[in-house]
Amino acid sequence: MSQALKHSLSTEHRAKVQARGVNVYYGDKKALSGIGLDIPEHQVSALIGPSGCGKSTFLRCLNRMNDIIEGCRVEGAITIDGADIYAKDQDVVQLRARVGMVFQKPNPFPKSIYENVAYGPRIHGLAPGRKELDDLVRDSLERAGLMGEVHDRLDHPGTSLSGGQQQRLCIARAIAVKPELILMDEPCSALDPIATAKIEELIDELRTRFTIVIVTHSMQQAARVSQRTAFFHMGELVETGSTEQIFTNPKDDRTQAYITGRIG
Amino acid sequence: MAADHIVKTFDEDLTQMINMIAEMGGLAESQLAEAVMALVRRDEGLAARVIDHDERQDELEEDIEAQVIRLLALRQPMALDLRTVVAALKIAAELERIGDYAKNVAKRSLTLMQTQPVGNAANTIMRMGSIAGDMIHNVIDAYLNKDIVKADEVRARDQDVDQLHTGLFRELLTYMMEDPRNITACTHLLFVAKNIERIGDHATNIAESVHYLVAGERNERERSKQDLSSSTVINVWDKS
Repeated sequence: MSQALKHSLSTEHRAKVQARGVNVYYGDKKALSGIGLDIPEHQVSALIGPSGCGKSTFLRCLNRMNDIIEGCRVEGAITIDGADIYAKDQDVVQLRARVGMVFQKPNPFPKSIYENVAYGPRIHGLAPGRKELDDLVRDSLERAGLMGEVHDRLDHPGTSLSGGQQQRLCIARAIAVKPELILMDEPCSALDPIATAKIEELIDELRTRFTIVIVTHSMQQAARVSQRTAFFHMGELVETGSTEQIFTNPKDDRTQAYITGRIG
Repeated sequence: MAADHIVKTFDEDLTQMINMIAEMGGLAESQLAEAVMALVRRDEGLAARVIDHDERQDELEEDIEAQVIRLLALRQPMALDLRTVVAALKIAAELERIGDYAKNVAKRSLTLMQTQPVGNAANTIMRMGSIAGDMIHNVIDAYLNKDIVKADEVRARDQDVDQLHTGLFRELLTYMMEDPRNITACTHLLFVAKNIERIGDHATNIAESVHYLVAGERNERERSKQDLSSSTVINVWDKS
């Protein structure tokens, strides 16, 4: 490989998130076992694996969404910028402002488009006045690639939008509170290919400002949008590497079997 | 060999593609053997048959290319599958080129039949052809069995062909200096030798594709180059 190509593929990015020895239990059942993973800053990391492999469970550890699940217990260490997010003095509300989340099914609030985006900044006190709030809402809609389609109907209900537009509204809502990390759990599984392509294009733009972790069932999507890929299987992290390496030359037979669609 | 795909028709598509490579490889091997045989035995009919059969080689290459494009579009192969499909495309192109060289050997053998035999050249050509033929045979075996050791052996074998080529080059130059009436035959023999030397190079390229297909990484080591014909000088003034 030429030096120039090697350079363009280099992934020297600081680890934004570090997970070490993470175990997760739902009651007696161990859902994740000894996960050690670095999430590089300003990169898209894709978590892939069959249903029930623990990829969504791991994603939910990163903003402590598992806290609200009865009987769920998380062991090990997860740090963001070196600070333990499971520390006793960690404010969970503050954490979730730093770590935004976009879900499988678009879930706008039953409010106007404007209010959907304004809600977060208002409760976190990010905009001192009406003018600042207006700017922030417009800026977020712009960055989510939605402004052009909704600029003349910001007062319409968020739920009046199409599925793909609703998902971009949810992304605008997530980025309005200026998070550092955005978690996406199957963000395109309810969308058609055109709406999916728009979200994927958006994800690629967003990574210059945010660090993104995406869980996806679509391997083609993982290949298209991410720079790093982690393969989970039966609660274990089997293999992690550059997306190119995982999809052209995986080292583990289980990864190979999964991504080539073989009976593992 | 990896386990079967969940989607069975994917396996059928891959198998069909691999079978076409096997057929193409077998044809390339027999085309070369027959072209060399036509030259050695001065067999016009055999030479004509080789020239005729090259068309099948071209057809197979087109079919493989179509199948590869189909597989990429419809199956989106990944990892080992992706490498298998891309290797097939490259190998088919190499085999097609080998076929062209064999055809050219057959054509020149027809011309050579109209000239006097020159020294021992035909024997050396036969040895070169036999090694290059083995290389084709073994590299296709290596592809079908995903046998990286065998592929690397083929790559190493190329220097034998190169050495014979360099030796024959010097020999033919000497014949030409001895008697200008040898020039026509020797010039054609030089091209024949060069064609077979190139066939060895293409078999080596296939070996490198097989290495990548199996290991997921390119061959690291630089290969020693034994074909010195391009820098060979025989100084006529030293002879006296």
